Amino acid sequence: MEWEAVIGLEIHVQLATKTKIFSGASTAFGAEPNTQACAVDLGLPGILPVVNEEAINMAIKFGLGIKAEINKVNIFERKNYFYPDLPKGYQTTQLDKPIVGAGHMDIALDDGSTHRVRIHHAHLEEDAGKSLHEAFSTGSHGMSGIDLNRAGTPLIEVVTEPDMRNAKQAVAFARKLHSIVTTLGICDGEMSQGSMRFDVNVSVRPQGQEKLGTRTETKNLNSFKFMERAINKEIQRQIEAIEDGFEIVQETRLYNGDTDVARSMRSKEEANDYRYFPCPDLLPVVIEDSRLEKIRSEMPEMPEARKARFINDLGLGDYDAEVLSCELATADYFEAAAKAGGDAKLAANWVMGELAKTLNQNDLEIVSSPVSAEALGGLVARIKDNTISGKIAKQVFEALWNNEGSSADEVIEKKGLKQVTDIGAIEAIIDDVLARNPAQVEQYRAADDARRGKMVGFFVGQTMKASRGKANPGMVNQLLKKKLQ
Amino acid sequence: MNEKPLVEKSLIEKSLAELSRSLKAGEVSSVELTQTYLDRINTLGSDLNAFITVCPDIALEQAKAADEAIAAGNTTPLTGIPLAHKDLFCTQGIKTSCGSRMLDNFIAPYESTVTANFKAAGAVNLGKLNMDEFAMGGANENSYYGPVKNPWNHDMIPGGSSGGSAAAVAARLAAGTTGTDTGGSIRQPASMCGITGIKPTYGRVSRWGMVAFASSLDQAGPMARTAEDAAMMLNVMAGFDPKDSTCMDRAVPDYTATLNEPLKGLRIGLPKEYFAEGLDNKVEQVVRDAIKEYEKLGATVKEISLPRTHHSVAAYYVIAPAEASANLSRFDGARFGHRCEDPKDLEDMYKRSRAEGFGREVKNRILVGAYALSAGYYDAYYAKAQKLRRMIRDDFMSAFNEVDVIMGPTAPTPAFPIGDKTDDPVAMYLGDIFTISVNLAGLPAMSVPAGMVDGLPVGLQIIAPHFEEARLLNAGHQYQQVTDWHLAVPTGIDAGMKG
Amino acid sequence: MAIDRSNSLEPEMPAPEKIDSQGISAKQVQSVAHLARLSISEDEVRQTTEKLTAIMGLIDEMQAVNTDGIEPLANPLDAVQRLRADEVTETNNREQLMTNAPAKEDGLFLVPKVID
Repeated sequence: MEWEAVIGLEIHVQLATKTKIFSGASTAFGAEPNTQACAVDLGLPGILPVVNEEAINMAIKFGLGIKAEINKVNIFERKNYFYPDLPKGYQTTQLDKPIVGAGHMDIALDDGSTHRVRIHHAHLEEDAGKSLHEAFSTGSHGMSGIDLNRAGTPLIEVVTEPDMRNAKQAVAFARKLHSIVTTLGICDGEMSQGSMRFDVNVSVRPQGQEKLGTRTETKNLNSFKFMERAINKEIQRQIEAIEDGFEIVQETRLYNGDTDVARSMRSKEEANDYRYFPCPDLLPVVIEDSRLEKIRSEMPEMPEARKARFINDLGLGDYDAEVLSCELATADYFEAAAKAGGDAKLAANWVMGELAKTLNQNDLEIVSSPVSAEALGGLVARIKDNTISGKIAKQVFEALWNNEGSSADEVIEKKGLKQVTDIGAIEAIIDDVLARNPAQVEQYRAADDARRGKMVGFFVGQTMKASRGKANPGMVNQLLKKKLQ
Repeated sequence: MNEKPLVEKSLIEKSLAELSRSLKAGEVSSVELTQTYLDRINTLGSDLNAFITVCPDIALEQAKAADEAIAAGNTTPLTGIPLAHKDLFCTQGIKTSCGSRMLDNFIAPYESTVTANFKAAGAVNLGKLNMDEFAMGGANENSYYGPVKNPWNHDMIPGGSSGGSAAAVAARLAAGTTGTDTGGSIRQPASMCGITGIKPTYGRVSRWGMVAFASSLDQAGPMARTAEDAAMMLNVMAGFDPKDSTCMDRAVPDYTATLNEPLKGLRIGLPKEYFAEGLDNKVEQVVRDAIKEYEKLGATVKEISLPRTHHSVAAYYVIAPAEASANLSRFDGARFGHRCEDPKDLEDMYKRSRAEGFGREVKNRILVGAYALSAGYYDAYYAKAQKLRRMIRDDFMSAFNEVDVIMGPTAPTPAFPIGDKTDDPVAMYLGDIFTISVNLAGLPAMSVPAGMVDGLPVGLQIIAPHFEEARLLNAGHQYQQVTDWHLAVPTGIDAGMKG
Repeated sequence: MAIDRSNSLEPEMPAPEKIDSQGISAKQVQSVAHLARLSISEDEVRQTTEKLTAIMGLIDEMQAVNTDGIEPLANPLDAVQRLRADEVTETNNREQLMTNAPAKEDGLFLVPKVID
């Protein structure tokens, strides 16, 4: 039987505020345990929360970024359950009327088409602390250590509709979301530090069936790679189970990326009853139109708009525009290079080609590229004005990468790579080449047009070689054809 | 009792306002005054079980500092005045138990805004007062530290939950005390102990550092001998606190400035529902007599209706336990407070620590609250109660279109014997019927001593519109200029004073 | 639209058809005690069921009031939330804040092993 997977995502996005959502303690990552947990974060008796304005602003930015309705009156609710990383015995979150209503995001598929993923809503809430399982000298039954530094870090939880059908789509969505929140500057995007964590809901059904199968939720995936693997593994597990005659149990699962093993989560076996009710320590957060307008006026260009601009204003093709606009750092780099180089298409080829390849080989992100956008732009400019050929340009790029010069001009000058465009000089080289290869000239002249087209390559190659790559290839081509007549 | 020096007799008889003048005039030092109260707390205080913690060293040190400030002319009206606080205001370095085994070992590393304000005003902290566990109760029988006795009759309850605070003022163990009022917990014990207590408007006094019972209802207020004393204390307690989201950013008037305004033309509303079910005949007579005094002062009286009075009890006993059930979840044995011996796993730690740490009434209210919020019941209980709450508030708002203040009994009966209603929570809850709706509506209200029934004091309740505490204090003060119920002293206490 | 406030996989208690004054069962008391993480003995269940039934009887009187079309009131002043500037105001105070911890080691609160 043909099976279809149905995937929905819940993504916890840590907001890049300086302080917690309800306290003035720092949210900086990596501090000593409990040194950034104040009385509010520890849930000590008599302590009260006050809402961080920036968390509200950032959630609004996200909503505007995905073209969603912003809810004007926001109520924080208490979600009640006991867990050691939840100091108050309840999580302060939103239930009814989340700050960000329904929206959508379009993702590009490999076949060049776009696929729309609907976003059900995104709500604001506080993060929990962490449990550490080490050996402690205290206690007779085995203990866990609780670090509440993370407790109270503001999150938006983004909930999608079950609109994805395979792991690739889910990952494409996740990457796009990453790009949006980093473009907006509302999340640092540091996946390895837990700044974005994905819960994936997966079910399978026979191809063509309307009714959804029973779903499972795999929690807390914090890399695109693990997410893809965990989804594929879960789809496979469900299909095999059903084909073997078992029923899928609705459950919460954990996936360990290091061991590639998934299992049911014991602590979540028990059904819970969260007894949500509006938090009486907080009042409704009312979002005035003036706040909305101010944030709207400060919105950066979103990837979608940037892509459109790349196509319409810079003349890029759809695919190139998508690839270059998808990530903020790439898009910024490309635009700077295109501006400095004066040729967007050429810059696009270099960013997606030589630069991407070399970054990949060296396992580097674009932000840490040894060749700056301005330097690459300088290189593009010299290709465009025929100072160097595309082939020489690769040498120049290599030199820039290895820090043998700070600009293309400097490298060209130092290494004497300037292209020869003097007709007389090129003609002299051509004459020499033709003189040294009389047999090939003979054959050429005897051939028909179709064959000649192929044979001219030999003379071009010889001429370029003789010029040590510096002769302008266009001129070489033109002059050769004339002289071989 | 030993013979006491003459100056001490007058000291104990003096109100907070009079003591303030004596301290400034150099007639007495804060150290002397503080020592006098500490001595009384040692003897009388332990009979009444009014204090959970007495802190003589801190008190005397603060008194000494106050005397130096007075000598330097650097004073506030409260400099050197010995006060004591309900044991749910967190006090840095001094145990804050909330009357619970759960917090028997808890020493807060921070100071509540209310106690910090008193500290800053130069007042002295004598110690922490007994109370119903987590402020849940109307008889002060639900304390891990045992019941508080009514100074007027040691077999009787002092009222609750601020029973220790009321008893301490009545027995002259402090010049004034703080209490909190979630459903009547300042006013009802004030009525039963014959003192003056005011529950301010919700949002008038910061709740920061005050251990929460029901966050949307809790409000701290002064408990004192006179309306003037209460005004002086409220001047220090009231005000904006950026650390409490529900605390209102609104100017605080000088509550002592308007105490002497004449009451001529004051329009008093008498809700017919407050003179009906469950009201003791003799209590009713006391209240009606008090209102006659107001008429003599030039006030006019009009019958009004607060039709949802009866149902306010039901709404309250959904909202308060629901909020409490979540507020008390942080007491889980993990980071502070009681942890059971040798828990075998996490769930065992939670369940035993909480079962051992909390008393019966607290557990019952947590269960009621969790039940009312549980799957499928939310609309029928919590949402319904919050809708009723709006109707109750709106009834008051309409009433205040026609009258300036509302008056009636604080409690349906005088103090009753300790243990009388322990096993009948419904009867106990109905004792709050005249106070509860005020909390639901967030209004300020006050209880002033208005008479005696069978040797026990009875209070008159006065209710005002939001943020009109000054009107209450003015009405209370004017009444106290023409009556002397607030000067009455319990007999045993009286004997102690006269030596 | 009704919002599922339990947000549970399976509700522990069936939702009531309508609220009546039948009271609360011993089974419900045990189930709520578990939700509230309060251990409760058989004896206590009996007593508590009796008391809670009486209390719920009092509470259920409010069902008689027609509240159709009334907005719930959460704050008596209908006030709105004030927002705090995003500035760090708290510095490390771990030693003091952990003084009341029943068990701690290496700056961590210790609890019986957490099983995911």
